Amino acid sequence: MKILSEDRTRILFEKLTKYIGVNVKLLIDRPDGTYCFREKKDRVYYISERLLQLAQTVKPDHLVSAGTCFGKFTKTNKFRLHITALTYIAPYAPFKLWVKPSAEQQFLYGHHVIKSGLGRITENTPKNQGVVIFTMSDIPIGFGVTARSTTDCRHADPLATIAFHQADIGEYIRSEDTLV
Amino acid sequence: MDIVNDILEREQKKAEKYKPIVVEKHLELEFDVGTLLTSDTNDLDSKLIKSDQERDIYLQSLARDNTQLLLNKIWELPTERIDEAIVVRLPQPTTVLPRAKPVPKPKPLTKWQEFAKAKGITKTKKSKLEWDEQLQKWVPLYGFRKAAAEKEKNWLIPVPQNLDPMTDMYEKKATEKSEKVAKNELQRLKNIARARKVKIPRVGLPITSDKASSTQLATATSVAKASTASLGKFQDKLPKEKEARGKGVHELIPGKERKRKLPVPTPAAEKEQNLSMIDRILRKRPKIDMEKAVSKHINEEQLQRSEEKKSMKPMKGRGKPKGKGNATNFSAKKPKGGKGQRNPSKKNPGRKRR
Repeated sequence: MKILSEDRTRILFEKLTKYIGVNVKLLIDRPDGTYCFREKKDRVYYISERLLQLAQTVKPDHLVSAGTCFGKFTKTNKFRLHITALTYIAPYAPFKLWVKPSAEQQFLYGHHVIKSGLGRITENTPKNQGVVIFTMSDIPIGFGVTARSTTDCRHADPLATIAFHQADIGEYIRSEDTLV
Repeated sequence: MDIVNDILEREQKKAEKYKPIVVEKHLELEFDVGTLLTSDTNDLDSKLIKSDQERDIYLQSLARDNTQLLLNKIWELPTERIDEAIVVRLPQPTTVLPRAKPVPKPKPLTKWQEFAKAKGITKTKKSKLEWDEQLQKWVPLYGFRKAAAEKEKNWLIPVPQNLDPMTDMYEKKATEKSEKVAKNELQRLKNIARARKVKIPRVGLPITSDKASSTQLATATSVAKASTASLGKFQDKLPKEKEARGKGVHELIPGKERKRKLPVPTPAAEKEQNLSMIDRILRKRPKIDMEKAVSKHINEEQLQRSEEKKSMKPMKGRGKPKGKGNATNFSAKKPKGGKGQRNPSKKNPGRKRR
């Protein structure tokens, strides 16, 4: 478990602000203990200080994962969020998108959200904004990036893409071995 | 009789001076005659060992007794007489003594040995002599008589077609051999340096710009940029410029090596750092997002227009007005013709719409 370099911390936070905006502070500034980000083999883990100290007793070679994997740094030093981060992102996301029950499966198989599958969207969502995608019963099922703003959505034709798929909970099965 | 008594008395006095050679012990002692060692496992007399006056006497007597027992054991061994002296050949010692010097470390492996170990390559023993078909005799693999055999074998070396016909093949062979020897020597020295962890300068020709690869050029740029008094901190950056990465690049860039060994901050300090970093990122974002503003404006306009529509002609049109509409609240006017739009493609053209 390595501490993130300043450069990488910046990249990580910039990515997180795309989804949860100012609420990133709430991930760090928590009343129930100190939480921090650690890096292992380019994966970033969100871990409490208490758990980290326990994890440090394990030999680094033998430690596979500790805490919650938020994502990974690619070879080109970009940060990619994993679906495992959804638990922490979903409650803080200011921009949300709800999909109709008929379009849920399509999304969970890794497809983009199209206009016909769009149930509801947060007012004033700009274009290219990171959004968390919910079912109509308010269960977070993934996240993506809007392809159109809310106002544009009204005039879009039914097959137009509203949000680009980035991660969904179907990945827990589909890419089980690459997630952590 | 006097004389006999006298002698006996003298003997007795003499015997009194010496202590008995038989020692009674509660527990048998453990002997290792080979190292002349006895160990007494009997308990010490705690009363005697605590008293100041008798402690030394007690310990002395104990030592004497035990020594007596050891000597008794030695006398049991077969004695020899060499040059008027009685000697005993001691048996092999049984007590294992720890070694004085530390255990020698295993010799550090050479680079080849390491590689061979990783790949599982094992050395196959070659026989020293080999049958030479050409010379019709046994020729050694190396060493004595090898050079002579080689000389006899290579009395003539043909010049290959692709070479200059005037080349001296003997000289060529000699230089090849000397180069091999030099290379081996260099590798030997490198192995020694590696084992002792001595830094050695890199070997090889410097890369010229016309033959450099993109990674090499990127590395050169990064190194050049960092080669200022402030380690390149105030150098301008191109948009999307990337720092050179790769094996061994990091060590070349000045000021990089130290940065890597930053200590892990305390949890509180780390939290502080993270929060200030987030603040910086949030501050950096533009206050006015043009696209958001435009879309917001369009949205407002649309809302306004729809509001206007509602307020201008609240009761007209077929769509139910959203407000407090009821059955009685409709216009009594007849729909006028010639003002609406007709949709001929629809099944039921119906009445004209506005």
